[in-house]
Amino acid sequence: MTQTLLKIDSLTKAYPGVVANSEVSFEIGEGEVHALLGENGAGKSTLVKMIYGLVKPDSGTMTLRGAPYAPPEPRAARGDGIAMVFQHFSLFDALNVAENIALGMENPPPMRDLAKRITQVSEAYGLPLDPSRIVGDLSAGERQRVEIIRCLLQDPKLLIMDEPTSVLTPQEVDILFQTLQKLSAEGTAILYISHKLEEIRTLCDRATILRLGKVVGACIPRDSTAREMAEMMVGGTLQIPTRERAELGEVALEIANLSAKSPSEFGTSLKDVSIRVRAGEVLGVGGVAGNGQDELLGVLSGEILSSPGAVRLKGKPVGKLGPTARRKLGLLTAPEERLGHAAAPDMSLTENALLTGSVREGLVSNGFLSWSKTRTFAEAIIKAFDVRTPGTENAARSLSGGNLQKFVIGREVLQRPEVLVVNQPTWGVDAAAAASIRQALLDLAQKGAAIICISQDLDELMEISDNFAALTEGRLSPPRSTQGLTVDQIGMMLGGAHGMEVAHDDAEKVLA
Amino acid sequence: MDFSSFNAALLIASLMVAATPVLLAAIGELVVERAGVLNLGVEGMMITGAICGFAVAVNTGSPMLGFVGAAAGSLVLSLLFALLTQLALANQVASGLSLTLFGLGLSSLIGQSYGGQKPPRAYRLDIPGISDIPFFGRAFLQHDMMVYVSLALVAGVWALLKYTRAGLILRAVGENHDAAHALGYKVITIRILAIAFGGACAGLGGAYLSLVRVPQWTDGMTAGAGWIALAIVVFASWKPWRALIGAYLFGGITVLQLNFQAAGVAVPVQLLSMSPYVITILVLVVISARSSGAGAAPASLGRLFHAGR
Amino acid sequence: MIKLEKRRQPSQAWSYATPVLAVLATMFFGGLLFAFLGESPFAAIKTIFWDPLFSEFSFYYRPQLMVKAAPLVLIAVGLSLGFKAGIWNIGAEGQYILGAICGAAVGLALYPLDAWYVFPLMVIAGALGGMLWALIPALLKVRFGTNEILVSLMLVYVAEQLLASMALGPLRNPEGYGFPGSRNLDEYPSATSWILEDAGIHWGTVAALLAVVFAFVLLTRHMTGFHIRLTGDAPRAARFAGVNPGRLTVFSLGLSGLFAGLAGLFEVAGPAGQITIDFNSGYGFTAIIVAFLGRLNPIGILLAGFLLALTYIGGEIAQNQLGLPAAAIQVFQGMLLFFLLAFDLLTNYRIRLTLRETA
Repeated sequence: MTQTLLKIDSLTKAYPGVVANSEVSFEIGEGEVHALLGENGAGKSTLVKMIYGLVKPDSGTMTLRGAPYAPPEPRAARGDGIAMVFQHFSLFDALNVAENIALGMENPPPMRDLAKRITQVSEAYGLPLDPSRIVGDLSAGERQRVEIIRCLLQDPKLLIMDEPTSVLTPQEVDILFQTLQKLSAEGTAILYISHKLEEIRTLCDRATILRLGKVVGACIPRDSTAREMAEMMVGGTLQIPTRERAELGEVALEIANLSAKSPSEFGTSLKDVSIRVRAGEVLGVGGVAGNGQDELLGVLSGEILSSPGAVRLKGKPVGKLGPTARRKLGLLTAPEERLGHAAAPDMSLTENALLTGSVREGLVSNGFLSWSKTRTFAEAIIKAFDVRTPGTENAARSLSGGNLQKFVIGREVLQRPEVLVVNQPTWGVDAAAAASIRQALLDLAQKGAAIICISQDLDELMEISDNFAALTEGRLSPPRSTQGLTVDQIGMMLGGAHGMEVAHDDAEKVLA
Repeated sequence: MDFSSFNAALLIASLMVAATPVLLAAIGELVVERAGVLNLGVEGMMITGAICGFAVAVNTGSPMLGFVGAAAGSLVLSLLFALLTQLALANQVASGLSLTLFGLGLSSLIGQSYGGQKPPRAYRLDIPGISDIPFFGRAFLQHDMMVYVSLALVAGVWALLKYTRAGLILRAVGENHDAAHALGYKVITIRILAIAFGGACAGLGGAYLSLVRVPQWTDGMTAGAGWIALAIVVFASWKPWRALIGAYLFGGITVLQLNFQAAGVAVPVQLLSMSPYVITILVLVVISARSSGAGAAPASLGRLFHAGR
Repeated sequence: MIKLEKRRQPSQAWSYATPVLAVLATMFFGGLLFAFLGESPFAAIKTIFWDPLFSEFSFYYRPQLMVKAAPLVLIAVGLSLGFKAGIWNIGAEGQYILGAICGAAVGLALYPLDAWYVFPLMVIAGALGGMLWALIPALLKVRFGTNEILVSLMLVYVAEQLLASMALGPLRNPEGYGFPGSRNLDEYPSATSWILEDAGIHWGTVAALLAVVFAFVLLTRHMTGFHIRLTGDAPRAARFAGVNPGRLTVFSLGLSGLFAGLAGLFEVAGPAGQITIDFNSGYGFTAIIVAFLGRLNPIGILLAGFLLALTYIGGEIAQNQLGLPAAAIQVFQGMLLFFLLAFDLLTNYRIRLTLRETA
């Protein structure tokens, strides 16, 4: 093995009620691609935030190239050659690409020179990007390029990447990996955070596995099977959802040539979308987030209205109806954003049960609420979906992501929907919760409900859907049966590589 | 009716004087809002500035020191707002309102013994030969220093936001405080500085009222100027030069209606007196209808920031 | 090193304790202020908070307390509904004026008709006047996205000018020898809002109590109240739940305007008696303090209304007996809101003192 670049020694960080990292130790070598593997909530984010100077450890030390390393703030980390590509929260929609990049650099050159550098680097690494474009108008993949180029321009020794492939198509992933391998060959170490095992097997030299804040193992991914790694990560055997395919019934929901403008400034408008789902069918809608997923959910939930005939529920036009009226007819939805959209953070679980359950569960009469019935409904959700919480009067935000997601999905499932639309049902949820959510969706379909599952997790969609359609830039592809569909075919349906190219051979000269 | 008193040069000159208080306050608030903070306490800070400036100027005999005192007084008050919203994480709307209510009371308390007094005269620009140029000189070159200071501030803020790294960081904090924090920028410190700047500017605006425009101290003399400054920031779509246009437009309306009142136009006085407010509402409607919502507003405006984990 | 940790959920205990703490802190710093002004802080605080209730002249002050509290509570209850939903009507002062003008105009137009329906008609006119004035910012917001804070506030200044022109023009007392101000409704039995003048009780008192009950039921038992709270907590979740934000804006602004208008009408037909140039006395703004001090909760607002009324009456006594400036009371009230907002931190966050900066 090569020389050690960064040595992490018993880092510990506790938050009220939870120890995020406990005595975490491992080493990253120069030029190594090192995987940090773990479920959601395993403590990966906290660990990298400590390396990047955003969070201070309670105890433990780090050593960078033999010297003590304790960055008081990200600026210091960047000064020491650590760069990070975030999963969220680090771009400014209203500013342009060059301004965004300048903000992430310590001593940026004057704007005009910087723009030139951006163009050079982006061409050399096959990551096309126009420095003067407003970031809010970029696609998810392009936004990631901004972050990567921001890092590359600083000539980092260690590049941290937090779940970078969740916003890429399979073809784009391939190209990203080639770029990363090239960087690694040039001597840049990469700390690669993911819970996707196959990716890690292709890309990484070594892996450290975290569970519940502790290091539970290490391995050479190429020599391990995905199953071995999964079991280390989850700490047990995984339950794979089972289903028996039911006969498909009548068309339950139909969207015909619907175009809808996005209500948010940097959203994606839907263009000529058509969908048909039958009773008992699970339709998977794949695609990278930000390609119209929120808008698709909005036109189905009734938050975005359309012409009456554009959306039909069992033949009945519902395009002009609001959310409550649609719920009454059996069209239920669960949005992606748990806190603030699907649930109100500061309200109790009882109140959140009322949020969508008022009509179908008969919790309201003449405008007056029945709190006792509502509490019973909330209790039923908690029981049926194994939501871990002290009780119905706890605020939604006090629940962990997985538990709240179970509550939100459970709330809709228990209302016996005719059609259920879910957006990213298992995003940021641990494996056990994800499996139980998927199982609940399949059970519902088997009882004759039609389900539309919008997700960027392609594995999930292949596992549960009968048919697959891709949503890119607000357009929906015609659906195809998932049986026999290959990853390559899915990738092409998702729009392929979006103009990305393999890094040029002379790329490193550009950086030098 | 008598229109003989209408004189274009004088009208322009008095327009600039009438606009300067709101311009000063607006340019300060513009910086605050660009940093993502909505401070509705402008009215309270202005009136506090008005009395602080007046008191200092009367006691020292120096209008210049008066302006310094006004800026300092309002800056301290704005730090109270910063304390509430940035450190105690209180709701910005409520905190701003409380600042206004508090400022109105405080100024009236300090101002009890200053009613009816005359402040020292502020220094006026007088460049022999040039300030006497017919029309042009009278309209633009015979003002007190603060008029030019306010113009310099507009230019300065514009250049800061457009060309400097500090301006870029300020905008970044206002656009997305979580991202700015993730990149290691000190969101709270930057915002406190912006709030303090806004406070100082509002104080200067208030003092301009009590020392130059009126010049006298009366209770509640700002009469909504702080709120108009807030409206001007919206009108300006958060752009400095457009704030200048907005303030001068407002100054023009004020001066015109005063001249109409003086000329005895056959319109009830109250109707003329309410016209600046009514026109402000109309302008707000036109602006918001055109930009269809909060188009140009900083994305984090008014939102709570807590670094947390 | 002081650190803030967000609580997993808001602390119930602190949400009751913070208003009390705020009052105590205000007394302390208010006392310092009075000391600075050359008064004995203890005497001043006692004069403000004790004398109106329990001194030998309290029989005289208690009715006044009722008179002050009624409009404050009535207006604040209306405002609190909007505030809860994040809809900021800060122009209640203007709606109060319009309610008074419209209600008084009806009464004055019918003078000297003696009939049971005179007062009810005035009530309707006052309510409509306040409501329509508040619907201006509401409709502009819904239709054009105009900021309701600025518009409702600008309309206060417009209303004040309107009040002046009414007092000098159409509503001026024809037998008033040309002095500004309307005929005194005190001398028009069919139009008076007094029920028990000696006890300080008029129809506004009744309306304030009804408003408290109404708001309490609305917020705890009714879907509309749930939607108001939901919108305040998570606007996007509210839309998802089926709330129409435009309709909610119109409802809450309209209702708060209606309450403010009623408060104005009851005031002009009772304690004030007539429309004058300076009829309005800042209730619309003080009610904002009352609403927050009462934690936007109807029962809390009832208590807060009495507390603020106490500072008004106590302040007047202190003014007369100790020569304390009127503005000092205004500062005192502003301080109260300040401390409340600052202490509110404790409801949602836990403060931790750590001795060392961890490395």
